[in-house]
Amino acid sequence: MPHTVTLFDQELKAVAGRVSEMGGLTEAMLSDAVSALTRMDKDLARRVVAQDKRVDALQFEVEEQAILIIARRQPVAQDLRDVIAAMRISNDLERVGDLAKNIAKRVIAIDGTFDSKKFALGVEHMTELTQAQLKDVLDAYANRDEETAVSVRERDDEVDAIYTSIFRELLTYMMEDPRQISICAHLLFCAKNIERIGDHATNIAENVIYMATGVQPMDDRQKQDETGVVAEPSS
Amino acid sequence: MSMEKVMDAKTDGGAAMPAGAAMVTADGVPVKMRGSNVNVFYGEKQALFDVGLDVRDRHVTALIGPSGCGKSTFLRCLNRMNDTIDVCRVTGTIMLDRTDIYDPSVDVVELRARVGMVFQKPNPFPKSIYENVAYGPRIHGLTRNKSELDDVVATSLQKAGLYEEVKDRLDEPGTGLSGGQQQRLCIARAIAVSPEVILMDEPCSALDPIATAKVEELIDELRENYTIVIVTHSMQQAARVSQRTAFFHLGNLVEEGETKEIFTNPRDKRTQDYITGRFG
Repeated sequence: MPHTVTLFDQELKAVAGRVSEMGGLTEAMLSDAVSALTRMDKDLARRVVAQDKRVDALQFEVEEQAILIIARRQPVAQDLRDVIAAMRISNDLERVGDLAKNIAKRVIAIDGTFDSKKFALGVEHMTELTQAQLKDVLDAYANRDEETAVSVRERDDEVDAIYTSIFRELLTYMMEDPRQISICAHLLFCAKNIERIGDHATNIAENVIYMATGVQPMDDRQKQDETGVVAEPSS
Repeated sequence: MSMEKVMDAKTDGGAAMPAGAAMVTADGVPVKMRGSNVNVFYGEKQALFDVGLDVRDRHVTALIGPSGCGKSTFLRCLNRMNDTIDVCRVTGTIMLDRTDIYDPSVDVVELRARVGMVFQKPNPFPKSIYENVAYGPRIHGLTRNKSELDDVVATSLQKAGLYEEVKDRLDEPGTGLSGGQQQRLCIARAIAVSPEVILMDEPCSALDPIATAKVEELIDELRENYTIVIVTHSMQQAARVSQRTAFFHLGNLVEEGETKEIFTNPRDKRTQDYITGRFG
């Protein structure tokens, strides 16, 4: 049912529209950044860096509009949850943009080549999963689909598990050949950034659940990122 | 303390009332008033349908809903103000502690001393500020002498947050005060007879934002000692001042619950549509 004040509906729609636009942009940035990484395409990487400005601008707009709605309309119930979710989700998407940009910047900075099929496969697989997460959660946002959001939230484990295996692999390369340390460190950060994009997808899923149901998901999920354990010196 | 004496005098003088069990909610919170299966008819027209509502002791309960939804009708049942309307008929039970207030043995005048009321428009008597507050205690015979009465007037004005503003002009007419001051004078007048429950029917709708804020602040302070039921058209006010909110629509109680739940995550779609401004 529409609001008695039609302008209020338009304002809410405008905020949600900007969040979705941010979602589309950041999805593309992630995909391009990883393509740039696996093909060492520095031109593509530069375009990704440039895209981030638009994402930042959109996040600023979402925040400003949400603040105006709160000040002018004093939203409650579903409306309030929509506005709060839009603010939080745009925050996460802005970070997703930053992380994709960071991958692109490393591609530009990396000097030399690193030839590992296994690494490339791992990163690609991780990206596919993360991208699916991001896409699903953005669809869930657009459709107020609690079920999909819950499943996104539960799937984050897979990404964490692949990240752990990439971490182990890169560690081996670095130990084998110290000349590879610099490039492996860059690649490790790239993988970490993708993994963190997955975390932001999980945050977004939690906000979609909040928006749809009014309940803030609290229970801790199982953590699969065991790099903290692996990093300990082992015999 | 004179207020305590006032209470004693009233308990001693109170007529024997039919007794029932002490009321509590499902989660064990004491209930001051309980309406069960309350139906109200104005002639042929039914205004309330089977309303059941617990008013928790020393809580602020807000009744909200669009015009004509029955919230004021329900409020007026709580101290039998509807008795004054000839065509009005009430069925069901309304308990105040252990007493069914519609029992024939109940003295309505005494009931209204226990369940006081503050109206939408400030309506001070055309008398002095002092007399406005002294009137109730005097007709109910709650004080024994002038100095006790002076005490009750001063304490009531203090509790209503008005004393400092009027203490030097107690013999000036109450109607000469500003709107916000008049409303607080009416609250002082209600408090003067030591009620247990205070009903407020849109007490701030004729006040400016500052006066409204003062009354809201006062409501929050009064909660310590009194049970308050407030009808308001301002959703924000209900959200600010109450702990429990009840939403009425077309004579039905649609939803009652914790205020923060109602305003962040209402269960019923009608509640959601109303509080978010989708009909009304």
